[in-house]
Amino acid sequence: MQDATEVVNAVLIFERSQTGRTAAAQLPAAAVADLPAEFLRATPPALPEVSELDVVRHYTRLSQKNYSIDTHFYPLGSCTMKYNPRGSNAAAMLDGFLNRHPLADATSGQGFLASMHELQEILKEVTGMAGVSLTPMAGAQGEFAGIAMIRAYHNARGDTARREILVPDAAHGTNPATASMCGYTVKEIPSDKDGNVNIDALRVAVGPQTAGLMLTNPSTIGAFETGILEIQKIIHAAGGLTYYDGANLNAILGRVRPGDMGFDVIHMNLHKTFSTPHGGGGPGAGPVGVAERLLPFLPIPLVIEAQGHYRYLEEADRPQSIGRMSAFGGNQGVLLRAWAYARMLGRDGMRRVADYATLNANYLAVELARAGFDLAYPQRRASHEFIVTLKKLKDATGVSAMDFAKRLLDYGFHAPTTYFPLLVPECLLIEPSETESRETLDAFVAAMRAIKTEAETDPALVKGAPYTQPVKRLDDVKAARELDLAWKG
Amino acid sequence: MPFIPHTEADVAAMLNAIGAPAIDSLFDEIPAGLDCAGLPGVPEGLSEMALMRLARERARADGDWLNFIGAGAYEHHIPAAIWPIVTRGEFYSAYTPYQAEASQGTLQLIYEYQTLITRLTGLDVSNASLYDGASALTEAILMAVRSDKQNRRRVLVPATVHPRYRAVAQALVNAQGIEIITLPYCTDCGHSLVDALDLFKNQPAAALVIPQPNFFGVLEPVDALTDWAHAQDMQAIAVVNPMTLALLKPPGQWGHQGADICVGDGQPLGIPLSSGGPYFGFMTAKQALVRQMPGRIVGRTVDLDGKTGFSLTLQAREQHIRRAKATSNICSNQGLMVAAATIYMSLMGPQGLTRVAATSRSNTRALVDRLTALPGVSEVFKRPALHEAVIRLPGDASEILRALTARGIQGGYALGADYAELSDCILVCATETKTDADLDLYAEQLERILSRRDIPKCKMQPKW
Repeated sequence: MQDATEVVNAVLIFERSQTGRTAAAQLPAAAVADLPAEFLRATPPALPEVSELDVVRHYTRLSQKNYSIDTHFYPLGSCTMKYNPRGSNAAAMLDGFLNRHPLADATSGQGFLASMHELQEILKEVTGMAGVSLTPMAGAQGEFAGIAMIRAYHNARGDTARREILVPDAAHGTNPATASMCGYTVKEIPSDKDGNVNIDALRVAVGPQTAGLMLTNPSTIGAFETGILEIQKIIHAAGGLTYYDGANLNAILGRVRPGDMGFDVIHMNLHKTFSTPHGGGGPGAGPVGVAERLLPFLPIPLVIEAQGHYRYLEEADRPQSIGRMSAFGGNQGVLLRAWAYARMLGRDGMRRVADYATLNANYLAVELARAGFDLAYPQRRASHEFIVTLKKLKDATGVSAMDFAKRLLDYGFHAPTTYFPLLVPECLLIEPSETESRETLDAFVAAMRAIKTEAETDPALVKGAPYTQPVKRLDDVKAARELDLAWKG
Repeated sequence: MPFIPHTEADVAAMLNAIGAPAIDSLFDEIPAGLDCAGLPGVPEGLSEMALMRLARERARADGDWLNFIGAGAYEHHIPAAIWPIVTRGEFYSAYTPYQAEASQGTLQLIYEYQTLITRLTGLDVSNASLYDGASALTEAILMAVRSDKQNRRRVLVPATVHPRYRAVAQALVNAQGIEIITLPYCTDCGHSLVDALDLFKNQPAAALVIPQPNFFGVLEPVDALTDWAHAQDMQAIAVVNPMTLALLKPPGQWGHQGADICVGDGQPLGIPLSSGGPYFGFMTAKQALVRQMPGRIVGRTVDLDGKTGFSLTLQAREQHIRRAKATSNICSNQGLMVAAATIYMSLMGPQGLTRVAATSRSNTRALVDRLTALPGVSEVFKRPALHEAVIRLPGDASEILRALTARGIQGGYALGADYAELSDCILVCATETKTDADLDLYAEQLERILSRRDIPKCKMQPKW
């Protein structure tokens, strides 16, 4: 049982502090630091003074205030919330991997480097690209690396007039933000009524100023870009390069490969497709793959094998590299988990990921349509995800997609992604992933159906949700206006 | 099928509901001819048992070393309580806390983290973390340039900042037309000299970066450097090791006005070395800069009933709202690493963290004493320092390190590749994890290696 004050209010670790209390087993012997006073702090930092049990109980209880894949169905579109195998974690948490210093000699890291090399080769194979660098620490850093390579390629050819990156309007916000960080201006390309890139608009937008195009495929509306080969031709004919945002790689894994479609560069989100944990926001990993002509520009380090010995390629080996993305080569522990997952799936398991993710999404879409929900693109085949629009329901009852999402929490389901992509009003972007069973999907449909009935009969009930969580809806305006970002007690 | 629950009956029923004859037909919108039909380059799948056997073999091959390398990644004791909590499924397999009501655990933890790190650094506000120390420095540079009222696109960075951090900053700001000017250091004392900075007075720069301790472990004159930066109307960006802040003056109190932004790598706070990652970068700043900060920020607020709760705030800075005009393209934080650091700081408390820092320093001093007692071995910078030191060796540093490795000791980091003037020098570190016996072993082995070097090597003759 939680104590009474905690039920009322969120007790902070600082409020559990008692002067003089310690987690004594963790304290090393005292030593004197005889440093000149000018460098020293006047008083010790105001960290909590608590026992080991206080800490363990406090953070265990905090964990229980979360929804997670391990506890709840989490159909968050565009995020690929599939089961994170415990075996991947166990493999990455072995002492030999955890204790190795990043600057230790390669001879002391042959086991680790061999695994990284295998992962590099597996990612090359599944994307059909000529080379892969594992180093980007998240999807956004992978995007940065990709666009920086496109820039480096044009610059190396003296082709410096290309100042523009084309981005479809359905793209994730990271795409335009990345292009800006790489010094490019962004031109947005509209979608057509079927959710594809509007090819006529693309033809008009493209020109000698085009450095490249960033394309998410399947797109964020959850459908395969049917004109993808034509799009390639248009960009390449104008001298631009094509960037494949691999956010939705789960939908095509083992079936089709961006390299075979002619893309010049791709990033992958290993925390999606390769089932490494999302961890409440990270760490992720965003390796990049490139076609032949971008190979010299890959970010360092890369892993190489020669006569059975593995080592990193660094600055001296890769003079044209766009450089280093992190101090020590990336989120290695995340990469180890992806390696473990890839080895457990194997070559046949890869294709099954796309097959069953797609089966689950199409089944769920059909069942929701039968339950009276409007699919945003009923004319399209769903990929691994799809969009439901609640526009009609909102107009009729005032219940919004946000209200619906909050009510789902009461039914024991994490909400789908809401209000993204921006082009569909009152949308829920739903991605069930391949690791969920038919019974779970059916239970979700039943909950959606029940909430729809609630919205039609008692809209205030839905608009007041959630009721079962540690808190009700939060005052976001107060949070932003009266900033309280650190406890002052 | 690994991680896929479907029975044959499920598949049949689901296809029937969809009205599709087979799973393949669900891919009918993909242009013909693109199916790759197999991935011969991917090995066959393994059971978890077979995977673990392979992983154990590989982890074992990486061995068990007596480590004296620091250089930006530090081997500290990691309390056993930390990782079982961090890897609880409720933290491990949750997404970014966009649905605040169902994510209060992660959100409160980040709020506590923000509080802890602002207290340690003496600054007002913190974000929810960045990728690592190097990328945090990069974001600080971008933030300083972005908020510079004179629109200066130049930043001064001393050569005593971690060389890898400087390399990352260079790679990441390159495209934005921001110039990084490397400042020389005093090669006798191992830190920056304020007098020497006056040469750069007329270089219009948005910020001066100030490391403490610096890459050599040496303490910089941070008060004077901060005041110098402010006298030039530049921002002062602190780069610190959070562990050392248990002892050292917090950046918020440097000089007369305090540093404006503080960044660093949180790895020393309960995160394993793990070949280089994942770690996390932290960033704190003065209140006035909060809207220029990159990354996620958690705020404390109330719910409909007036009950305390937490949510992501100031999201209008971020890429999913502002797109091309966002403060950064960053879309994640290093959530699990922040959880580990928060639990670590809570467990250690003020007394524990102070002891870890002080013991690491005294162990490093004891190691330096033992090593410099050997003929030809000397300490290069005899200045106040924390738990790292630059040691000059009588001979090729890399070769000596290799010989130590052959004896099971990771002896330090060779500085020659980054600092030509230190080609015969190594950077050593002995944290609180080292015992007197460990230090003795290092000194004994180094003595053997060095004494053997004086004897001419016997020429190997091929045997016929």
